[in-house]
Amino acid sequence: MGIETYLEKTPFMPALDWIVNWGRKYSIWPVTFGLACCALEMMVTHIVLDIGRFGSEAFRPSPRQSDVMIVAGTVTKKMAPMITRIYEQMPEPKWVIAFGACACSGGIFKTYSVVQGVDQILPVDFYIPGCPPKPEALLAAWVKLQKKIEKETLADRKDVRGSLELKV
Amino acid sequence: MSVRQLNRLVPTPDHGRKSMTETNSTVKKLKGKFPSSVSGVETFRDEVNVIVQKKDILEICRFLHSDPDLQYHLLTDLCGVDLFPQTPRFEVVYLLCSMKNKERLRLKARVGEHESISSVESVWKVANWYEREAYDLLGISFENHPDLRRIMMWDGYEGHPLRKDFPVEGPDFDKPFVPEV
Amino acid sequence: MTINMGPQHPATHGVLRVVLELDGEVIVKAIPHPGHLHRGIEKLAESKTYHQAIPLTDRLDYTNAMGNNLAYVLAVEKLLGIEVPKRAQYLRVMMAELQRIAAHLIWLGTHALDIGAMTLIFYNFREREDILRIFEEVAGGRLTPTYLRIGGVSKDLPEGTEEKIKAFVQAFPDHVKEYETLLTKNIIWLKRTKGVGIISKEDAISWGVTGPTLRGSGVNYDVRKVFPYSSYEEFDFDIPIGSVGDVYDRYIVRLREMEWSNAIVEQALERLPKGPIIANDPRITLPPKDDVLQDIAALIRQFKIVSEGVQAPKGEVYASVEASKGELGFYLVGDGSSHPYRFRIRTPSFANLSALPKMIEGNLIADVISVIGSIDIVLGEIDR
Repeated sequence: MGIETYLEKTPFMPALDWIVNWGRKYSIWPVTFGLACCALEMMVTHIVLDIGRFGSEAFRPSPRQSDVMIVAGTVTKKMAPMITRIYEQMPEPKWVIAFGACACSGGIFKTYSVVQGVDQILPVDFYIPGCPPKPEALLAAWVKLQKKIEKETLADRKDVRGSLELKV
Repeated sequence: MSVRQLNRLVPTPDHGRKSMTETNSTVKKLKGKFPSSVSGVETFRDEVNVIVQKKDILEICRFLHSDPDLQYHLLTDLCGVDLFPQTPRFEVVYLLCSMKNKERLRLKARVGEHESISSVESVWKVANWYEREAYDLLGISFENHPDLRRIMMWDGYEGHPLRKDFPVEGPDFDKPFVPEV
Repeated sequence: MTINMGPQHPATHGVLRVVLELDGEVIVKAIPHPGHLHRGIEKLAESKTYHQAIPLTDRLDYTNAMGNNLAYVLAVEKLLGIEVPKRAQYLRVMMAELQRIAAHLIWLGTHALDIGAMTLIFYNFREREDILRIFEEVAGGRLTPTYLRIGGVSKDLPEGTEEKIKAFVQAFPDHVKEYETLLTKNIIWLKRTKGVGIISKEDAISWGVTGPTLRGSGVNYDVRKVFPYSSYEEFDFDIPIGSVGDVYDRYIVRLREMEWSNAIVEQALERLPKGPIIANDPRITLPPKDDVLQDIAALIRQFKIVSEGVQAPKGEVYASVEASKGELGFYLVGDGSSHPYRFRIRTPSFANLSALPKMIEGNLIADVISVIGSIDIVLGEIDR
């Protein structure tokens, strides 16, 4: 991903975009981040509904090797620093899916220790409502994520360079 | 044995379980050994609640644990109840179970807001975490506890959430949440 | 050397942090740090009516939702002094035992996956899908059905469900045999689980351990036999007991429990009595919807029950069930209003986890995963 920050707009961009996006959208590897009940429905998508046919066979435990973070379950204030730390460890490009009502907006837990939605601490790309959502809903979000990746272009990534300056 | 052979109505066996109103033997023994501590006995829906003074709780628990007839070896639950604005403010509830006699007993002791009660961790090891939780969520302090610190909320949290004067959403619900990394 | 087995870990079954102090590969000290999923359910339930708190109980131990509902509803019925009709009791037993099978299937799949036997989880989840389909037909939800109500159950079995349950029950013992052929005499499994994570009888009782973890150590304590509830005394089943108290014994205990649960469901299905499915108490049961739309008295009754809730007497009760992890109990304090004054949940995984340091100190670091898997903790239950 280092090279794309130096690319200028060339006539070959659409073809290059198409190839890179084709590779990215058919091999999205999530990082295992099941926190609560929704984690079980995420496991069902992986094991029973075979999310491997979309290219995501490997749910990596390490954030350094993954593309998407599926936040499945309630985010508490005690856990929030760890979520941000793991998000920062993921390399670009990365996406976040908020799976379940608790990750979208706090769910039924409007209490002193629950963050009311993971979008208070992370930029979220997709929200999947439900308590818990049906596993097929995650597959629907996956297809939408693939369509979103199709529309990305490498020229957009130049602004990423500025944010990657080493903070000494 | 196949599953088919199990399909027969078994007569309701008497497991030798006494209903809680017949724990009079436990209550009688307690009253006999600690006459000044037992301040009241209540019965509600077949359950016996014994209210004791907090200063004798450790001896009472040791007696109930080691007595060969009673054998309350299992501490099922230890929790606190906030009775704001009554004083003393808190009530610590011990739910004991005797597997030998198949019966349950509930002990209750009142503790004030800035007072402390003796820990029963030396009698039942599981009281360690239960008392930590009561300290974290209600603010009840336990003497002689080996490691009294917060368990559910993070270290450095101020306030005791389960108290009646603590709002459900928390005191800073209207401010945006910023985690400290 | 101190290692942090962090909250985000593929094998901690949730967000559990364990700080391990090692001497080489042997564990000297282990300190679990729960609390990363503390959602404040006990405090939240104090601001809800007794009916509104039923969905909150689903989310405690999310692998055993029917059992949690059952424990809470039994406590409220004890507080209010209500009798539950026979058909509702049998339906509750059937659903609770099916849920126990589903919870043990998740345990077996994830435990085997952690240790390295990856094949099992696919078969377990396949069986579990059958059970979840039954739950979806009966209650409407897969993971959080919220099927039970105060006084009975919410809906009767629809058409065709009895045949589905019968088909499942008849096919299940063969599936358990499949799992046994994969693991029970497998030399790798034996080497990784025999003699690991031993806890003695006295220690287990002192550390408040209940459920299969306690029965693996040889203690015959099952709430269904000692303090029976919901017509369990009319069913014929045995309690499997281990002897040594290691990971292998707990594995065998849970496998046998699955078979006995299957037998209980079969007995309940054959002897299911006919009758009402909810107690006919005007304070708590909603009237039929047709009456609500036409009769003013039924409309007022529906409005009062939904908006105000049921007024509980002053007093306190404790009711417990044998959940898949151990003894799950609810301690409710009523103060005359329609909200519980104190909503205390006694969860089995909390006490089981507090015994973890006792079980793994002295073992190798690779055994931590086996032991955590064998205690079968669910963080939603520990942190509430």
